[in-house]
Amino acid sequence: MRSTTLLTVAGGLGFLALWKAIVVIGGYPTFILPPPELVAARLVTGWTSGQIGPHAAATLVEVMLGFGVGAALGLIAGYALGRSSIVARVVSPYLVAAQATPILALAPVLALWFGPGLLGKVIIAALIVFFPVAVSAMVGIRSVDRGLLELGRSLRATRRQVLLTLEIPAALPSIFGGLRIGITLAVVGAIVGEWAGAERGLGVLVNIARGSLFDIPLMFATLVTIAGFGVTLYLVVVLFERRLVGVR
Amino acid sequence: MMTATRGRIDVRGVRLSFARPGIDPLPVLDGLDLSVAGGEIVTLIGPNGCGKSTLLRVIAGLIPADSGSVRLDDALIAGPDPRIGLVFQEPRLLPWRTVAANVGYPMELGGVPAPERAERVASALDRVGLRDAAHQLPGQLSGGMRQRAALARALVLEPDVLLLDEPFSALDAITRDRFNVELLKLWGRLRTTIVVVTHSIPEAIFLGDRVVVLSRRPGRVVADVTVPLAGPRTLEDLDAAAVTSAARAIRAHLDPEVEAA
Repeated sequence: MRSTTLLTVAGGLGFLALWKAIVVIGGYPTFILPPPELVAARLVTGWTSGQIGPHAAATLVEVMLGFGVGAALGLIAGYALGRSSIVARVVSPYLVAAQATPILALAPVLALWFGPGLLGKVIIAALIVFFPVAVSAMVGIRSVDRGLLELGRSLRATRRQVLLTLEIPAALPSIFGGLRIGITLAVVGAIVGEWAGAERGLGVLVNIARGSLFDIPLMFATLVTIAGFGVTLYLVVVLFERRLVGVR
Repeated sequence: MMTATRGRIDVRGVRLSFARPGIDPLPVLDGLDLSVAGGEIVTLIGPNGCGKSTLLRVIAGLIPADSGSVRLDDALIAGPDPRIGLVFQEPRLLPWRTVAANVGYPMELGGVPAPERAERVASALDRVGLRDAAHQLPGQLSGGMRQRAALARALVLEPDVLLLDEPFSALDAITRDRFNVELLKLWGRLRTTIVVVTHSIPEAIFLGDRVVVLSRRPGRVVADVTVPLAGPRTLEDLDAAAVTSAARAIRAHLDPEVEAA
């Protein structure tokens, strides 16, 4: 455990060193590739000056709501898909078609319908989260040992008891696989939604920093913030997974 | 022999076929009759795929028969019944629950309050010698211990009938002998009716008061051999001459190509 953490830290330092080396050797100007220490400094001032904060808060709300809604709907749909082969056969083609349509192409349409506010971003994030969670829940529900289901039947378990004591626990490892993918995609969805039209958010800040402000270090500091969100939220999901799935 | 009155099983004219898409249904049980007295141990033996396990599931109320009836103490079995405990070929423990939580599972489903549950789990675990493993997960146990846990789970509702579907077939021969001895000891205390499916002739004789031989599919009873052993059994009894003749009688009714285990 310790040694892997050390390796992770070493990898991060190596990345920074490589970044710095490219800047120095390539002689790139700051407006193409700012050196890491400049980005770090801008990250700090960006947060202390209150330039990043409000945008970050907007994105975080979009991500959380989008993930919550998308994951909840995904779990319900995945359960229905896993339990009923009829549902799976009828609905699957549409799900796949919806998933195959690039969210980037869909975002402007949703922005058109739902405006530049929170709702459109939540819908985009939810849409992108939905598919991996639905598929993982479907796979998980289908993976329930038939022998355990027969055991449940022999013990006269009700539908609800089967769901709570057999199907959900058996499907949890697979479901968390989907949630891990989903949480990172929720960040992508929120940013994509912001690009399609928004007043606030880290996606907006990237655009502002690149455009009107021409503050490239801030742009990179925003990217770092986005990445930080992704990693942190992912770790939160992993933490929940450890608590709920544990060692088997 | 025994005075136990509860746990009498009557199987009358049970017919069953499995639906197969596109082709004729597969007949599995063909008008099968079987009576088991309360507190008796009957072993079911027969060729592979003869419907032994299916018969056990019909008795357990897990599979409804196409026609015929199963009665337990004169009451029709129409579905899974708490008076019947079932042990499958595999332990079928919930891998995310401790041994104790697995053994308590039937009571949990039945709405038994937690304090009473804990008490009965403890005594069921004692019965099968698993007290020390109560807080372990099934994945941490040996195959034999897992099957003991499954047995404890089947016993925890104090059933009148225990149905065992090749319960020790996944265990090595030595462990299996020991388990059979323990099962008989347990029966000596509980005196529940026991029906065991097996494919081993020595095991069938060692455990059974009677050995019921089923035909090839569709299954019927082709022989009902009373085992001439009285009193508490030991593994050495299997060498008795009477046992040899019982084994010969059973083997004669099994299909010639079926190898005697």
